[in-house]
Amino acid sequence: MKTDRLFQVAVVASGIFCMGILPVHAKDRMIQIKGSDTIVNVSQAWAEAFMGEHPEASIAVTGGGSGTGIAALINGTTDIANSSRKIKKKELEDAQKAGYYPEEFKVAIDALAVIVNPANPVKELTIDQLSGIFTGKITNWNEVGGKDQKILVLSRERNSGTHMYFLEQVLRKGHEKGPEQFAPSVLMLPSSEAIINETSTSESAIGYDGLGYVTPKVKTIAIAAKHGTPFVLPSKDTATDHTYPVWRFLYMYTGFKPKGEIKAFLDFALSEKGQKIVEEMGFVPLNKE
Amino acid sequence: MRKFREAIIEKAILLNGFACILFVILIFVFLAKDGLTLFRTIAIQDFLFGKIWSPLAEPPQFGILPLFLGSLVVTLGATVISVPLGIACAIFIGEIAPRWMRETLKAGVELLAAIPSIVIGFIGMTLLGPVVKNLFHLPTGLTAVTGSIALAFMAIPTMVSIMEDAITSVPRTYKEGSLALGATHWQTIYRVIIPAASSGIVAAIMLGIGRVIGETMAVMMLTGNASVMPKTILAPVRTMTATIAAEMGETVRGSEHYFSLFAIGLVLFGITFLINFLSDMARHRKIR
Repeated sequence: MKTDRLFQVAVVASGIFCMGILPVHAKDRMIQIKGSDTIVNVSQAWAEAFMGEHPEASIAVTGGGSGTGIAALINGTTDIANSSRKIKKKELEDAQKAGYYPEEFKVAIDALAVIVNPANPVKELTIDQLSGIFTGKITNWNEVGGKDQKILVLSRERNSGTHMYFLEQVLRKGHEKGPEQFAPSVLMLPSSEAIINETSTSESAIGYDGLGYVTPKVKTIAIAAKHGTPFVLPSKDTATDHTYPVWRFLYMYTGFKPKGEIKAFLDFALSEKGQKIVEEMGFVPLNKE
Repeated sequence: MRKFREAIIEKAILLNGFACILFVILIFVFLAKDGLTLFRTIAIQDFLFGKIWSPLAEPPQFGILPLFLGSLVVTLGATVISVPLGIACAIFIGEIAPRWMRETLKAGVELLAAIPSIVIGFIGMTLLGPVVKNLFHLPTGLTAVTGSIALAFMAIPTMVSIMEDAITSVPRTYKEGSLALGATHWQTIYRVIIPAASSGIVAAIMLGIGRVIGETMAVMMLTGNASVMPKTILAPVRTMTATIAAEMGETVRGSEHYFSLFAIGLVLFGITFLINFLSDMARHRKIR
């Protein structure tokens, strides 16, 4: 008798399980957003604020990286792809092959701060010096006006859009296909927090992070684009007027020209209210022009 | 009616058994399909023995030797730490501890296996890292040895649990015979019980190593991930697992970089397969 009951339970349970793994198409209004971990918190904040205003809307935000987001867009498993880099030519071709015509939206500005330990006397560096440090040509702090101490270079992992941006704009000084590379001895850390943590505990460390992540435990470095131009500290204002040289756009991509709910959401993100959220999350809002 | 039902249940169980094997085969085929694509454009010896891992350079370089050695160094370090600790722990639980303590200890050790690897990584980063850094006067605490220590803690429960089973399953008569011949308890343990349980102990070590080499999250958080050829255990290293986890998110699908990560997966799959195979051999070896 007991096995009988057990058998029934098993059948019902497996039935429920099978239903669970079937693709769910129940809510047509569900908007999926996927991609860059840099933007995931801002997107979540936008989604929550948007759902507050439009109770009938439903938005799911997931991270995973810019590449993951764009791949999901091409596979048709997300409506909006978050990306901290521009879509690559190969990805664009793949999307068109799959029948999509990606539309690009610049949604925010991210300024990257170069950070060192507060005990480090170095205050300012040029892009050339930074490139030298991160490619391994400069290995001692005394070469750039600091103590006689080996430099501990920290970077984000290759999966982060921040890594790509820093490689192209700082190491390669803006030449996207330049020959410069991160030196093999550079430590690749998996998160922004890990960089902050390591910089605040190691006196000889240098790293970079989104401005929104910087805490008082580390010191930001003033940067000059070229030798002879003024050194500028990163801040909301210097990023907005582009006098600070290390900043980038953050993007959202849709598979088609957006309409309906998706359009309403993107309009909301770009509205004054949406850009206010950008600022609250530690990023820099877009220029009004 | 009953016969019919039993037939169905039997078939269902059979199907489940086959499904497991089928999944492994499918995963392997999937890995091989994408991983082997890399070798259309990159020579296999450049991949396996190349000394530079620089997938975003122009032209990219996909040499996994530093990553392979990184995994090896971390795994060896973890093995050196965990094997003596594991054996000692298993002997204590299986032979020396009184009964009431035995159950508590065994449950405790197995609970260690339940700690998620990210938690171990987090604890290692905030507590273990600074200790290693100050102890050896290093510029950073994120080194191979930090990863090894954390991974040793993750391997110990697997090892102890299987070793303890092997030790307690040594027939009572062996122990009684040895004691009757006048051997002390300690002599009995290391001259009789350990040799008799050796196949189980070797299998346990192998499975522990398998656990360590496949571990990703904790190593990624603790070893610093610099893709240099490891010269000392006190320097940062980059492991194969951390490389896949760290780089998969941003790769362009269908690019050489993407395929190279699958090829690393294939190498890892091969290593784990070999380790499991060896452990199986050890376990089924007849006790002479």
